[in-house]
Amino acid sequence: MLPTIQLGPVSLQVPGLVLLAGLWIGLTLSERRAKRGGENPAHLYNLVFIAIIAGIIGARLSYALTYPDAFTANLLSLVSLNPGLLDPFAGGLIALAAGAIYMYRKQLPLWATLDALTPLFAVMAIAIGISHYASGSAFGKPTGLPFGIQLWGELRHPSQVYEIILASLILIAIYYIDRSSWNFMPGNTFLTFISLTAFSRLLLETFRGDSILVTGGLRAAPLLAWLVLAACLLIFTRRLNATQVGEELEG
Amino acid sequence: MKMKICSSIAFKLSRSDKLGYIYLSIRTFSITNMKNIKLSYFIALSISILILGSAWIWLSRSPAGSTTQGEIRAPQKGFSAPDFTLETFGNETYTLSDLRGNAVLVNFWASWCPPCRSEMPAMQRVYEDFQDQGFIVLAVNSTHQDNLGDAITFVQVHKLDFPILLDQDGSAGRSYDVRSLPTSYFINPEGIIQDVVVGGPMSEALLRIRAEQLLETNP
Repeated sequence: MLPTIQLGPVSLQVPGLVLLAGLWIGLTLSERRAKRGGENPAHLYNLVFIAIIAGIIGARLSYALTYPDAFTANLLSLVSLNPGLLDPFAGGLIALAAGAIYMYRKQLPLWATLDALTPLFAVMAIAIGISHYASGSAFGKPTGLPFGIQLWGELRHPSQVYEIILASLILIAIYYIDRSSWNFMPGNTFLTFISLTAFSRLLLETFRGDSILVTGGLRAAPLLAWLVLAACLLIFTRRLNATQVGEELEG
Repeated sequence: MKMKICSSIAFKLSRSDKLGYIYLSIRTFSITNMKNIKLSYFIALSISILILGSAWIWLSRSPAGSTTQGEIRAPQKGFSAPDFTLETFGNETYTLSDLRGNAVLVNFWASWCPPCRSEMPAMQRVYEDFQDQGFIVLAVNSTHQDNLGDAITFVQVHKLDFPILLDQDGSAGRSYDVRSLPTSYFINPEGIIQDVVVGGPMSEALLRIRAEQLLETNP
């Protein structure tokens, strides 16, 4: 665990630095993928930065609207650097909306663009795992296994390490799948990434010690992951069906 | 091409049966045009994955109330706040666990740290507004890393009313695993850490909102 690096009077937040590095590496890989797929990398960069900026502004405004009294008491807080004053759910929705508007205006093809962005998503999944490890969040449940790590008063599953390993394997898998015949239709690379990520989440949540529980002790995250996985498999089924029917008709 | 692959597979199989079979399966799978996978096989595979996934979710459910976070003392959100007993400039003694029932902000600071100095006036204003409702600020000075005279001057200049505690030997900082200043812990009336803010300065809005949220959890 290394939440901060102290450089003299400056305290650098390691989780934030890791996420920034992930963004940079991921965008570089996505740029290459875009060139290979015949997409314009400049559009990809613009799309990502517009979504990020809109997401941050939206997250702050949404938070301010939720607690208007606190912000009217001190308006400067609107531009505070505290990440605790962000509404991540609203920010995510606004980032998606801003990205969708940009794609519509530039007439970017949805599935091909998502395929080009997949390396970025895959690298960010690894970066999120590393940032969890650095901050000690997303920690594991207690275990007696020899590879457990001492964290927050107990020997625990190294859930962040599991997360990093699986996310890395998914990145490698995506690299090969993107170049294989499985990529027979635009969007397959992206959908495969989503499927594998949902599957890994379904597996990993079992080892987490901070899961949100729903009724009967069921964990919320794997339920959501199961639904996402089911939706992806359904889309793949339809795609395979459409391709094979089309080929039979052509034949 | 197909003949070549088949002979390569046969060669592998003849050398070792099990490993060869695995190799055959993987190799055949990778050279098959993926889009020609039989739809019925894919559907069967998908259904199997989903059934196994459902079983895994059911088996990995966590019995209600099984979490031990609240009972373990650790400087992390969701855990019980580590206890400490420290003295103020005026030799008054404060023990964190004695403040159960109050919303508490434990803020580690030093007078040489610019973000610590920046956030103190906002902390003072929020303390004044919420102290009647049971909100307490414990500003723990990292005295072992600070100049006591500078810290006293800073407190007097800014007219800080809340308790300024002296961590003379750094033991409180160590039990909270403080790696940078300022670091703040928002502790609810049940003694559970509800939020941790590493670094600063914290804005006044953040302080107000966290104070309100802590007070809302008052049993």
